[in-house]
Amino acid sequence: MNRTSAKAAVLGTAVLALTACASTPPQGATTAEAKGGAYTWWDPYPQHDAGSAWAKRVGACGQQAGVTIQRTAYDTTALTNQALLAGQEGNAPDVILLDNPAVSTLADAGMLTAMSDFGLEVNRFDKNLITAGELDGKTYGIPIGANTLALYYNKKILDAAGVDPETIKDWVSLNAALKKVKEAGKKPITFAAIGTEEGSFQFLPWFWGAGAQLTQLDSPQAVEALQLWSSWLKDGLAPNSVISNSQNTTWEEFLTGEFAFAENGTWQIDSAAKAGFPTGIVQIPAKAGGTAPTPTGGEFITVPVQKDTKRYDVTKKILECMTTPEGLVETGTTFAYYIPSTADGQQAILAKEPSLKPWVAAVQSAKGRTSDNLGTKYPKISEALWTGVQKALSGAASPADALKEAQAQAKQATGN
Amino acid sequence: MASTVGALARPGHRAARRPVRWTALAFLAPLLVYLLLFYAYPLYRNIELSLHDYTPRAFIQGNPEFTGLDNYAAILSDDAFLRALGNTALFTLVSIAAQYAVGLALAVFFHRGFRLSAVLRAMFLVPWLLPLIVSASTWSWMLNSDNGIVNAALQAFGIGQINWLTSPDTSLLAVTIANIWLGVPFNLVILYAGLQNIPADLYEAAGLDGANAWQRFWRITFPLLRPVSAITLLLGLIYTLKVVDIIWIMTRGGPADASTTLAIWSYREAFGTGQPDFSPAAAVGNLLILIAFAAGLIHVRLQRGEERA
Repeated sequence: MNRTSAKAAVLGTAVLALTACASTPPQGATTAEAKGGAYTWWDPYPQHDAGSAWAKRVGACGQQAGVTIQRTAYDTTALTNQALLAGQEGNAPDVILLDNPAVSTLADAGMLTAMSDFGLEVNRFDKNLITAGELDGKTYGIPIGANTLALYYNKKILDAAGVDPETIKDWVSLNAALKKVKEAGKKPITFAAIGTEEGSFQFLPWFWGAGAQLTQLDSPQAVEALQLWSSWLKDGLAPNSVISNSQNTTWEEFLTGEFAFAENGTWQIDSAAKAGFPTGIVQIPAKAGGTAPTPTGGEFITVPVQKDTKRYDVTKKILECMTTPEGLVETGTTFAYYIPSTADGQQAILAKEPSLKPWVAAVQSAKGRTSDNLGTKYPKISEALWTGVQKALSGAASPADALKEAQAQAKQATGN
Repeated sequence: MASTVGALARPGHRAARRPVRWTALAFLAPLLVYLLLFYAYPLYRNIELSLHDYTPRAFIQGNPEFTGLDNYAAILSDDAFLRALGNTALFTLVSIAAQYAVGLALAVFFHRGFRLSAVLRAMFLVPWLLPLIVSASTWSWMLNSDNGIVNAALQAFGIGQINWLTSPDTSLLAVTIANIWLGVPFNLVILYAGLQNIPADLYEAAGLDGANAWQRFWRITFPLLRPVSAITLLLGLIYTLKVVDIIWIMTRGGPADASTTLAIWSYREAFGTGQPDFSPAAAVGNLLILIAFAAGLIHVRLQRGEERA
């Protein structure tokens, strides 16, 4: 090879390497450019594509605010990771719809703007819902709607077993109903006790319904709640597979028509209506009677910190558009599983669909998982809790011992 | 890179020799850049993550506290560590031993080249071709405590319900069985290829000397297959150490921690809870790399010893 070609080779490689190094800034530039004309929006609903009613609704709110919205959908866990990466790179989108327990984590990381910082009124949102978006006295997100848990029942099985769902008012009457179903030869109940956040989510109504607090996982009340679940497995009232079942799997089991009750959420309303048998819901009872507080689910609209603070004005308009009473009803009906997060919105959706009444009541008595000022400690406590539940249900430890270990684990992880 | 171009443009005394070296370097450069970007940097980043305390806040603001070996100390002193290490050892060793034994038996079986052997051999590759999410989900349905086909079959023989995935006594066994099934094709293919390199005349000679099938296997096949076996086992070890997907899909490492291996633990810390904990996850990941690296070194050692002998 002669000298010129050698030089050319070196130059070529140098250029290659340089462009490789330089590729980040141009990318950043295009994002910034795109941002000039368009507002970026991330949500965890990949099931709704660009032509869906949801995408159109988001687009319409952008139009009202005088901009176009570029929407990107990730699934829930990927969204949190993407948000963290974007926060690190400093090119976060204008709006992210976040699963509510993630709000305090990202707010604590300093990547979210408080609603008060750009003048968005948050008083109209239900207090029990919006607390999940609060951290140290500031609100970092607003709920676009809420969902929660209740007990779906299979009316055919209950009728055959002679159980009146109206009589289920506390744990004693629930247990009596489950035993009646078993005597009638059907499977009484299914729920999800999987070793993930879903497991804690499903256990919380019983945990809170017994009077336990997340700050003390091994209280006698907590042990009672776990004993209730363990006794269902031991007495054959619930299948052993609940230990590894997700909420979706248990729902599919319920749809087979074999189960009398299933603990599941607002998002199954449509599916329940289409089931091959008549269904209904009862509120999850507290131990001593009354409705147990159920955990709230659902996404919050959050606004990541932007270098260009002028963008907040338009973002505020988009947020307001999404949360007018009509807007909330539209979101609720678009998804079929969202109860509006303001009193006005709830009235409006009930006027349209009176059958949602028990769900509205359930959401009103629901409780945020990160509330009680747990904030970023909640994910750690929750991990300890679901591990304890799994230990007790699988027989690796008694409920009391499992929860004692869980409390120790939570204490160590949260550092108090 | 700009400076190298500058250096090249400047004339020097040894200009005549230099271009050759630069040319070599230039040809190497794409590979070097690739290695640095995709191997060295991630490895460096993983070590860096494990030596700092990367909370989500520190991750975004880029100001993690340097904690030295604290993450490693915390992991080694965690109650879960010994359990995860034991699970990893059991899962890995039982998996590769069984995969190797079954793979070798099948390879010898197919080596005889009977009719339809090619078709059957191809069918044994199916586990390899299926996406893991499909095979893992299928295994978890089959092993379901209440409606699984495995329990239904066992019940036909009067054996009561076994809670494969939901009992702390059997969940590790259940995921190991599924993993063995997944790894057999790999062992079969490599060992089968190894068998074809053994000269047929050796078997003929042994046959003339009156060796039976059993003796031919232990005196010819097994010793001559040793180098291939060693590499198969080493690759199997590395593949199995880092298995996350199949366990995650089948049990999430549960119930509680019953089937949690080091890889699952690392994954759960980083992505399995509501709050990512990258630093301990990276520390566990690095320990795994060390274990795999040690196994690789032992392999090289053994191989050298063999070459010398």
